[in-house]
Amino acid sequence: MMELKVKRVERVDGVKEAIFLPAIFNGLRLTVKHFWRNLFGARDVVTINYPEEKRHVSPRWRGRHRLTRLDNGFLSCVACYMCETVCPSKCIHIEAGEHPDLSVEKYPVVFDIDELRCVFCGLCVEACPKDAIRMDTGVVSMAYTSRQTFDFTRDLLRDNYDPKVHSNPKYEDQDLPKPDNQSEALPHSQGIPAA
Amino acid sequence: MDFLLEIIMTPAVLACIKIAVIILLFAMPLGTVLTLMERKWSAMIQDRVGPNRANIGKFTGHGLLHLAADGLKSIFKEDTIPKGANGFLYLIAPFFGLIAAVATFAIIPIAGPIGDFTFQVTDVNPGLLFIFAITSLNVYGAVLAGTSSNSKFALLGGTRASAQMISYEVFMGLALMGIFMVYGTTRVSGIVNGQNEYWFGDLVPMWGIFTQPLGFILFFTALVAETKRAPFDAPEGESEIVAGYFLEYSGMRWSAFMLAEYVSLVGVAALMTTLFFGGYHVPWLHLWESAPQWLVTVLQILKFTFFTVVFCWFQIQLRWTVPKFRFDQTMGLGWKKLLPLSLVNIIVTALVILTLA
Ligand code: SF4
Ligand code: SF4
Repeated sequence: MMELKVKRVERVDGVKEAIFLPAIFNGLRLTVKHFWRNLFGARDVVTINYPEEKRHVSPRWRGRHRLTRLDNGFLSCVACYMCETVCPSKCIHIEAGEHPDLSVEKYPVVFDIDELRCVFCGLCVEACPKDAIRMDTGVVSMAYTSRQTFDFTRDLLRDNYDPKVHSNPKYEDQDLPKPDNQSEALPHSQGIPAA
Repeated sequence: MDFLLEIIMTPAVLACIKIAVIILLFAMPLGTVLTLMERKWSAMIQDRVGPNRANIGKFTGHGLLHLAADGLKSIFKEDTIPKGANGFLYLIAPFFGLIAAVATFAIIPIAGPIGDFTFQVTDVNPGLLFIFAITSLNVYGAVLAGTSSNSKFALLGGTRASAQMISYEVFMGLALMGIFMVYGTTRVSGIVNGQNEYWFGDLVPMWGIFTQPLGFILFFTALVAETKRAPFDAPEGESEIVAGYFLEYSGMRWSAFMLAEYVSLVGVAALMTTLFFGGYHVPWLHLWESAPQWLVTVLQILKFTFFTVVFCWFQIQLRWTVPKFRFDQTMGLGWKKLLPLSLVNIIVTALVILTLA
């Protein structure tokens, strides 16, 4: 029979413990110290006032996905299905399509990620041969009011595209219409340079 | 004009005015602000920020608007009565505690008398015995709320509250015996004036804390237990019986319990100031003989308020420092340690007084 391992805690007895006051005094010294330090200048406060202040997020931190783009503004993705295959939670759905312009490679007509099923493992990023999908948006929290909003379509996933900077008619061609209800609710990442 | 003054100067009207001023300008505002301050100060103790979100446009007042927000919220919340509750008792229970808490201020002087006019609602002869009577009433709130809620947790809370009150009431009285002996009276004004004497010429004021250090600790412990705050918050016992006796309450009635707790916190602070820190007497002020009367009164009010606020702060600090006693430990501490100690205190005080006399 296995011997039970019991950790015995030494009880400290004696007058000093019995009258409580030294222990209470020690405790008060600590709490009063914190109180005074924080009363004048909040020197120890660790709170991040969330909506106004944001916590620093490491560039390697896996956040919401984005689809990178080529210099001409077109998606880098060649719809090779690598990411869809590797995804452990089967949350990527791709439909490949051919573009009438032959200079354009195969491209995803549909590229959906169900962010509610995604476990943010980052395998899709590693699997991609074209560096077309990344998780460096720094979007920490996704909080929306309906499940449907978490189905990120291709156009929500792709980087912010400014037609004034990259005026590319080819690109406009295959733009799927953006769903109205999502375009407002889902902020695109800010400050991350377009691929 | 004279006629009006005459009406105002009748004792009954004067007492009403004093009650209104002391309660509405001193006890209630301080108690209300403390509900916020407890959250703010505890946040500082724990390196947090505390409530700061309630706002009107850009103005938040460092969380001050939470007071208004809390008030509005509890007014508009549904006033629920649980199934099977004793409706009448359930509805009046919150106000027992509040009335008892407010009544403490009846005998506390906040400044010295000017001629016949006292800054005290009434200076009753039994003085502090009145306090004991009132604080015993305090328990009715908890017990009635506990028994009438038809909830087992509430009942447990009420039972604990009554057991705790009864045991701490005993030595609360005994702890003050020393004060009565030293100053030779139970009248509050007598005790306060007794603390205006000095030892060693004009060096040390004869404050209660110096004449009765043990009595101070005992009485303070008893009062903290009476207000049912940590470390003696077994009747509320958030971790075991959810919220104890006021578990079933909601809305403004719940707020009444909350307010009662904070007003009695202010009451405790005022009582400690009065009995152990010279009351309204500003130490060494008698050395400045030409001081104008109005300045003396203002200084006295300031001194009294300052010590009261410091004591409120100290109670809150204590709550966020000392871990909660288990209920049997609370009882053990009361009966086995504090009660004998207060008896010892009485005997030692008596012996010292006899030898000095
Ligand atoms: S991060 Fe993992 S779970 Fe999420 S889409 Fe990529 S592979 Fe799938
Ligand atoms: S994102 Fe990368 S891995 Fe996925 S289909 Fe496009 S090119 Fe292939």
